[in-house]
Amino acid sequence: MDEANSLLKAKGICKAFPGVKALINVDFELRPGEIHCLMGENGAGKSTLIKVFTGVEILDAGEVFLGGNPIAPRSPHHAQQLGISTVYQEVNLCSNLSVAENIFIGREPLRFGRIDWKEMKYKSQELLAKMDLDIDVNQPLERYSVAIQQMVAIARALDISAKVLILDEPTSSLDAKEVEKLFGLMRKLRAEGLGIIFITHFIEQVYAVSDRITILRNGELVGSYETAQLPRVQLIAKMIGKAFDEFESSDKSVKGDALQESRNAFLRVRGLGHKGSIHPFDLYVNKGEILGLVGLLGSGRTEVARTIFGIDKADSGEIQVDGRTVKINNPADAIRYGLAYCSENRKTEGIIENLSVRENIIVALQAKLGWMKYITKKKQEEISKKYIELLNIKTAGPEQIIKNLSGGNQQKVILARWLLTEPKLLILDEPTRGIDVGAKVEIQKLILSLAETGMAVVFISSELDESVRCSSRMAVLRDRVKIAEISGEEMEEKNIMQTIAGV
Amino acid sequence: MEKIGVTWNRLTSSKLYWPLAALFFVLLFNFFFTKDFFAIEIKDGHFYGVTIDILNRATPLMLLAIGMTLVIATKGIDISVGSMIAISGAVSASLIGGKLEYVDGVKTLVTLVPMPVAIFAALLVTTLLGMWNGLLISRVGIQPIVATLILLVAGRGIAQLITQGQIITVYYKPFQFIGTGYILGLPFSLFIVGLVFGITLYAVRKTALGMFIESIGINPIASKFTGINVSKYIFSVYAFSGLCAGLAGLIICSNVSSADGNNAGLFIELDAILAVSLGGNSLDGGRFSLLGSLIGALVIQSITTTIYALGVPPEITLVVKSVVVIIICLLQSANFRKVVFSKWAQKRGIPDAKNAAKL
Amino acid sequence: MQRMQLSYKYINLIITIVLFFALFAVGSVLYNGFFSTQVLLNMLIDNAFLIITAIGMTFVLIIGGIDISVGSVIALVCMLSAYLLEMQHLSAMIVIPGMLLMGFLFGVAQGSFIHFFNIQPFIVTLAGMFLARGLCYVISIDTIMITDPFYQFIATYRIPLPFDNFISISVVIAFALVLAALYLINYTKFGRAIYAIGGNAQSAMLMGLPVGRTKVLVYGLNGFCSALAGIVFSFYMLSGYGLHAMGLEMDAIASAVIGGTPLTGGVGFVTGTLFGVLIQGVIQTLIMFQGTLSSWWTKIAVAFLLCLFIVLQRIVVSRKERTKSIS
Repeated sequence: MDEANSLLKAKGICKAFPGVKALINVDFELRPGEIHCLMGENGAGKSTLIKVFTGVEILDAGEVFLGGNPIAPRSPHHAQQLGISTVYQEVNLCSNLSVAENIFIGREPLRFGRIDWKEMKYKSQELLAKMDLDIDVNQPLERYSVAIQQMVAIARALDISAKVLILDEPTSSLDAKEVEKLFGLMRKLRAEGLGIIFITHFIEQVYAVSDRITILRNGELVGSYETAQLPRVQLIAKMIGKAFDEFESSDKSVKGDALQESRNAFLRVRGLGHKGSIHPFDLYVNKGEILGLVGLLGSGRTEVARTIFGIDKADSGEIQVDGRTVKINNPADAIRYGLAYCSENRKTEGIIENLSVRENIIVALQAKLGWMKYITKKKQEEISKKYIELLNIKTAGPEQIIKNLSGGNQQKVILARWLLTEPKLLILDEPTRGIDVGAKVEIQKLILSLAETGMAVVFISSELDESVRCSSRMAVLRDRVKIAEISGEEMEEKNIMQTIAGV
Repeated sequence: MEKIGVTWNRLTSSKLYWPLAALFFVLLFNFFFTKDFFAIEIKDGHFYGVTIDILNRATPLMLLAIGMTLVIATKGIDISVGSMIAISGAVSASLIGGKLEYVDGVKTLVTLVPMPVAIFAALLVTTLLGMWNGLLISRVGIQPIVATLILLVAGRGIAQLITQGQIITVYYKPFQFIGTGYILGLPFSLFIVGLVFGITLYAVRKTALGMFIESIGINPIASKFTGINVSKYIFSVYAFSGLCAGLAGLIICSNVSSADGNNAGLFIELDAILAVSLGGNSLDGGRFSLLGSLIGALVIQSITTTIYALGVPPEITLVVKSVVVIIICLLQSANFRKVVFSKWAQKRGIPDAKNAAKL
Repeated sequence: MQRMQLSYKYINLIITIVLFFALFAVGSVLYNGFFSTQVLLNMLIDNAFLIITAIGMTFVLIIGGIDISVGSVIALVCMLSAYLLEMQHLSAMIVIPGMLLMGFLFGVAQGSFIHFFNIQPFIVTLAGMFLARGLCYVISIDTIMITDPFYQFIATYRIPLPFDNFISISVVIAFALVLAALYLINYTKFGRAIYAIGGNAQSAMLMGLPVGRTKVLVYGLNGFCSALAGIVFSFYMLSGYGLHAMGLEMDAIASAVIGGTPLTGGVGFVTGTLFGVLIQGVIQTLIMFQGTLSSWWTKIAVAFLLCLFIVLQRIVVSRKERTKSIS
């Protein structure tokens, strides 16, 4: 590939955060007039790479070239001036201001030293007309749908004479029609010679719009490919980290007796849905069974769990626990019916960071008992010591503040918290993410042994091999829809990936 | 020796270290500069002295600080307590009244309603007002400052409405006992504080309330996910803060034998917040120490009394308070610590391990 | 549908303006002599200082902050000017600019604490409130009367208007400030940046706006406004006293909120604030004309309005959130 034909080029990018190597020697190249998808699962390093390009993070090592010249973006503002503009998933505009202002704020047209509102209106209308968008630019931005807000964000980015446009998951809250409109615009810009980096979790969209794909995994470059030459299954295999051929011979023993919906399924869900996050789905979980929820990030795995647990209140469908139809309006209800949920966001939704390990373990049981039925401190210590030992939690003691523990040990504390409530159904959302291998195996073993005792488990993981190893049955999700259930012989990685990819 | 070292370390790392140190320095200052500061004498079977006076005068603030501690622990704030004090005083004073009447030719004081009823009514009203705050915050979802602002503005008007715009003087002796009476040689109001403090301490440390409140203050989302009924507890702490303000209002009203809707408890909400903060409690919520807040209240009262004793115009306390607030805030500000302490470390040639790791 | 949507941001403002005229109409029907231009003008004369400080507050609220030190700063300005004029015999020409500069710097200092050390505005301005009020007493515990001829002249001068009406110079100052504020907020980059930062500080930073500088300057501007209000207040009272303008910060905040500026930032109207002050004025006047009700009814009425508007704003916000999550 000759230098002249590259617009944005990164060589040997390294970036480390305390305890994590986010990017390890990553190369990347964007050509003018192409739509380039950046793919990877959670923690692959996509967002860090973007942040390096936009000056939010300063790289540790490596070089970035724009049009052949070395650049070092210091801040988003600086990156914009250089010609790299970004549109984020959460629209980073001020929705309280008018559409026109959002395009021009910071560089408003002036006349006699004062803002020329007429000129601003005229210019922004012109700009939006180029994008086939005919809206009233004097209205506040919040009046319009997210799709239009995205378009406005792009309009702003373009007006800063951008050479590179980075679209960070712009489609995650758009419907099909809006996505098509956005794609139309992207193609138009591509024709004008702009380089577009597009990040998305929707496989369909990758193939609909992109020219090339770069895949990252665990901070490392997997490779760059022409979209047309990379089959879907291959793409997923590369993202998940398995060479596709490896699967051919993997044989699989059937676990559990959960092939058929047994009569006494612990949890049975019919038509449960939440507008905007998950389409209505049916689901059942038997006692002693581990149900794996698989699908890519953003496929609706987490949303299924949140809806069952009453965090997102379902707006359709019904839930049966132990054969009884119940109403779950909030987590407290769910816990009362014997459900437990380990969130994927350990930091923001799991640990209570300034409390001790002991308190973090005891809190859910105490909440279930109510404030009056106090578990004495002595009892609390006993319990926490027991669980620290049982789960092999590495901590200086029960009084250690939880935020000082490593990720894996924090996860074990949260598991202990839920086990203590003696749940009949345990929902685990990425319980092994971001923790070291040893702890990972321990947690997987624990999950298996829990199921053996008769507990129903719903297991969500980005790592397919982990899901296959642990689950006795799987539900596959794609684009917020439950598309299939797999069990028995069919439950092998190749087949699952094909299901996810929709081949 | 080693044992002393260990004890010392435990003391300095304790949450109460700084509040106690502050109190100690104020008292030390007084030991040298104020005559007879620590002298306690017994008159009429009561203890008298500057220190007793400080304790006595600090009681309303201590009560408020107890309620405010719990509110702040949930990441909230209640700026309406001063107004609730005025309302509490107005309700009790106007219900008791205390007219001089001739009953059978003897001059006696007659209350409009029995005193316990009046006291109960005053406390009920402020608790209801606290519930109103709690309702706006936990159910309607209004920010605590804004929600309690409403009552801050309205409260004094309501108090005036109750007292018909007059300053009601209460001549009824038993009522005056609350704020001026003595039991076992000590001010009666101190026993009220002791009782409230004891019950609250028991409630938060011997039941799960304390943990729930801290948990909510640290991470409301995670707390909700563990099944804690977050809005119920937030509602309750504001109601409790109202109750504490009601009690404080009774003491203030009884102490001066009158209910002044305009000036009773004016700006005391700020002192209460300051006391909580001085007590080593973060204004961002989470871990709290009730004892620390009491010590904080005592520090504030000691500073005020010291300034009186020195013969400096008492209003200068405000300047001192402002300096104290600024210092506390700076010490609690992560940015400030980063700027100042990393510079200090550089000067001393100590690499800042944490910063190095981040870079 | 479009019309319905159009109104929600302005709904407070519209209600406030309508309410003001309604209250004025009620007064005019009920009481003789209420319906006159001079009654209206007197509201302005009596509340000129509140208009000035409430406008400064509006800026702070739009950017998503709060400043509870304004009442104390007003008192300090009154006290310090009285001291400098009467005790040090300085000329008003020196004292007035000096006070304005002091107010500005006081605000800048508070803003710097808030921005650079990331301390909650409520706490920083609480310290500022204590400090300013305390400094008053350091100067003097008693009232200092202002006898300076220039102050006396301004205080008593009445600008004649047609039909035997008149206003004071303070009203002119207040209106000049209103116009300046309208220009600043609608026609300058600085003004629009305030809205952007109040709407979403994170986005504003990513859009390359000078967040820190704007924030500090807004607090500086508010300090300037309170100093100006202090000078106007000293024209009104002709004295310096430590208890002046007690609790005025809450009146200022209430005026802004009633005028349609929520405490969540990003939205705000200078005109609304003006009417917020006038509503308080008309309530005062009504109670005065009524004669038997005492002045504390004003506070209750204001608090009632405050509550109404805050809940209204909350409903608007939650409705917005809901429609957002559905779409």
